Amino acid sequence: MKDLIEKLSKTFELKDVVFQRPDLSFVTVKKETVISLVTHLRDYEGFSHFVLLSCVDWIEDNLFQLTYFLNNPDQKYDLAIRCMIDRTEPTMTSAHHLWKQIATYQRELKEMYGIDFPGSPRLNENFILEGWDNIPPMRRDFDTKKYAEETFFPRERPKTNDPSKYMKSKLYPDE
Amino acid sequence: MSFFKINTDRSKYPQPDVNGKLNIDLDSHKYVKLWQGPNHPGVTGNMSIELTLAGDEIVEAKTHVGYLHRGFEKLIERRLFIQGMQTSIRMCVAEPDSNEYVFCTCVEELAGIEIPEMAKWIRALILEMARLQALLRVVPGQGGTFGLGVGVQWGVYMRELILDRFEELTGGRVYHMFMTPGGVRGLLPDGFKKRMEENLKEIDKFIDRIDNLMYNNSVFKKRAVDVAVIDPSWVNKYGIVGPVARSAGFKRDVRKDNPYLIYDQLDFDPFVINYSDIYNRSRVRWHDLITTVDLIRQIMAKMPEKGQFKAETPNVLHWRIPKGETYVRSEASRGEYGLYMVTDGSDKPRRINLRGPSYTHAVALLEELLVGANIADVGAIMVSLQTCPPEIER
Repeated sequence: MKDLIEKLSKTFELKDVVFQRPDLSFVTVKKETVISLVTHLRDYEGFSHFVLLSCVDWIEDNLFQLTYFLNNPDQKYDLAIRCMIDRTEPTMTSAHHLWKQIATYQRELKEMYGIDFPGSPRLNENFILEGWDNIPPMRRDFDTKKYAEETFFPRERPKTNDPSKYMKSKLYPDE
Repeated sequence: MSFFKINTDRSKYPQPDVNGKLNIDLDSHKYVKLWQGPNHPGVTGNMSIELTLAGDEIVEAKTHVGYLHRGFEKLIERRLFIQGMQTSIRMCVAEPDSNEYVFCTCVEELAGIEIPEMAKWIRALILEMARLQALLRVVPGQGGTFGLGVGVQWGVYMRELILDRFEELTGGRVYHMFMTPGGVRGLLPDGFKKRMEENLKEIDKFIDRIDNLMYNNSVFKKRAVDVAVIDPSWVNKYGIVGPVARSAGFKRDVRKDNPYLIYDQLDFDPFVINYSDIYNRSRVRWHDLITTVDLIRQIMAKMPEKGQFKAETPNVLHWRIPKGETYVRSEASRGEYGLYMVTDGSDKPRRINLRGPSYTHAVALLEELLVGANIADVGAIMVSLQTCPPEIER
């Protein structure tokens, strides 16, 4: 894995390299480099299996972290490529032309985080939510409890008693 | 040759334009829009497929999910690690133990905890039992999609036997939570192995009967052979994993490729076929059934009798895990099942993201496979991909 990272460093600007396990490493690259690096890994380094595209909301830094997990089935290791994008108007180059399932991941990220991937197929179609009119729900500033309290009718709960006080009132009503 | 004939005269079917998009004019009354699901016996779980039909042939299919969305990933961001464990396992009902394993392993890796040897063996045993009960549903279930219900009923009984063993070992039948960050909750009860062996003997007989009932049955063959064929070139393009990839000639099995727990000490070889139609995908799962029974026997024979089963962990109510991120995968009955976890030094995960096989199988792949198929085969195609909607919407 170290050899590969050294080799890639000659062409791409890699930062924050973390060797998490012998079969898993993380690298960070600039937003503009991601698609060319992923394409290079797929076409020349044997990373033919795309595992996952995920997003982490670092609200305190006003950044979204996109993580592309790629797997090399012959060498049996994974490389995760991270990039940071601005959280205010999040846009990222689409990678749907590389693997078919990426369009689904991008559709989900658009819906759940509001990240735009221009050109990605069926991007604006509802994926999981229907008629959603609030901020994208997976963002850290979306408060699930507050939303539920405001949106749904409060349920009437049965009257409950504190067991010790209740028993005391029943057994020793005069005390 | 498929049981249902495809009309060779394609002039009456919609033609793609220069962008590859089909020109489907619903006002022409040539086509029918039909929703298969979310409540439909031919759909695996709570999802639906929006089908556009020309006659009984599907010309376009779109997967719709969200009927079961419970926001688990978001909920877990607001819960302690130990509470997240109980929420995460409910992401997939069919095989919840894979969730337990990947969640616990992510927490242990990020917290720097090494689990004892005994815990590894018991975890492997639980994972194989979970695979067995999942396969006991899906293997005869493939026959059920063609109206061959008797195998399904046998399978339900056999699965109950394994659920009895789960109940004996963990106290729960469907959700077990026997794994916990640091190891497992206990050792095997006395006489567990003997009772498990009795159950496995019953299942051995069942496996032979299913072979006779389904794979030597001319009706099953007519309906399953040459239907929904997956080209080997699709495997990487669509992210196909597990038995579906193995039926297309790709020897993909996480237990062999990236051995975890004690799988490197077990002797097994994943079964591979070079032609992926419904029949062969089911056949691969039937062979997986044999392998799983064998692996349970191997684990019970090789595992130590006693030993420490849980490593020391901090107080789980005040457990803060240093900043970090990892991805842990395991082989579920459906294929690669992974979890991406990010921690930020607090007592709750910053982000978790589940990667289930159905995310690719039931959306991108299914939409492609259904085009040109007959409407009567939709249920069978879904079961042959072993789609599980909760993995998609989490």
